[in-house]
Amino acid sequence: MPTTIKRGVSLYSYQEEFFLRQMSLEDCVAHVAAVGGTGVEIIPEQSIVGYPRLSPEFLEQWHGWIDRYRLETSATDLFLDTKRVPGQWLTHDEQVASVRQDIDIAVALGAPVIRAIINTPPEVMRDAASYAADHGVRLLLEVHAPFHYEHPWILEHLEVMHADGGQALGLMPDMGTFVERFPRVVSERALRDGGRPDLVKYIVDLYDDHGDTHALMDIVHYRGGGPVEMGLARQATHFIFRDPRELLPHMPLIGHIQAKFYEMTDDANEYSIPYDRIIPVLVEGGYDGYLSSEYEGNRHIEDAFEVDSREQVRRQHAMFAQLLGEND
Amino acid sequence: MFDKYIICEDSLRPTKTPKPGAQVEVRLPYYRGLGLSMVEAVDVSVDGQTVDPQVTTLTVHGRTYPFSDLGGVLDDRWEMGEHATVAFPLDRPLESGVHDIDVAIRLRISYMPVPGGGRDRKRLTLQD
Repeated sequence: MPTTIKRGVSLYSYQEEFFLRQMSLEDCVAHVAAVGGTGVEIIPEQSIVGYPRLSPEFLEQWHGWIDRYRLETSATDLFLDTKRVPGQWLTHDEQVASVRQDIDIAVALGAPVIRAIINTPPEVMRDAASYAADHGVRLLLEVHAPFHYEHPWILEHLEVMHADGGQALGLMPDMGTFVERFPRVVSERALRDGGRPDLVKYIVDLYDDHGDTHALMDIVHYRGGGPVEMGLARQATHFIFRDPRELLPHMPLIGHIQAKFYEMTDDANEYSIPYDRIIPVLVEGGYDGYLSSEYEGNRHIEDAFEVDSREQVRRQHAMFAQLLGEND
Repeated sequence: MFDKYIICEDSLRPTKTPKPGAQVEVRLPYYRGLGLSMVEAVDVSVDGQTVDPQVTTLTVHGRTYPFSDLGGVLDDRWEMGEHATVAFPLDRPLESGVHDIDVAIRLRISYMPVPGGGRDRKRLTLQD
């Protein structure tokens, strides 16, 4: 079946090299095009010095790169700093104003959709929807592990999205909800940090068996685990594996996908997330948005290995091209 | 993440005013920039001696803030990967040679129920 799914990259993927000034912002944008991507997702708070002010010079530069590398801005990512002021919580109106400010930024960057971070309350989405609609953009709530499509927090959001008719609001699934196998880059890091091999194995085995992880931190504590083992147990409760087919009923709401990955192996497979079973579901559901790479392995290997985000992104796109039938 | 990059190499320098002290450059262990009001702690110790946070300053892109005022700074940010300078007075000037520097950063990240941040420890040679 032909597909219109598009390939893109979130600049989140190059965070290691960008942080260390080994890649400039233009290098990151250029790499998206180099792997055959057509969409670049930007985190303004990461990439734009002086956020939330975007200078005319920056905007000219950004749109110049987008043209030069034949890309489009596929999405922006917003954060909602509810705890901005010490000891206080942003009021509802302040939260809506924060989202509106990020809508203005998305419009200036030419993005049609905005990633609303998972802590955005449903009522803030509801009350920011008309501003998004007026500006021709859609606010998409990220569905990020450990949340999933039947979780009470997501159900509250779905109610608001359905009331909106899916016009200004929608979903941005993060593929981290389909972690079938415990990422070995994470467990190997715990071993390097001095984690007890028996407890690391216990955590990995329980996860890989898709066992109940609710009490995992307690059990690791009963077995005498220290901070490293407890940290690994907490991570195991924040990875989840759901059936990718759970996406199908929500297809009309899905406007963008964050293609999270932890490790692309030498033979261009993701070690823990079964993209070969996810992509056919997206094709079946008629998804026509972006698969936007989100490499998150650097933090788990940077203690011991050279991080090569470009190679990791290149491998993921080789896998996408294959699974999308581009090579047929 | 980025813990091992918090303390910048070759950045320990003596300071003279208003009292003898030292400064060191540090980076934010996070994948985006953050408003300064959400930087809860940049705790420094030198050769095992904890520096009182009430006497430190943080300088980002040329602007210096007393650390004790940082919670009220709602219009400036510490950018991703930016080298900020932490400066502090000491009872006596640092001797030349190698010093043990420990920096623990605590961040208030709104989507996280637990504090963010990280910790780094490096041996730095005092620069001229």
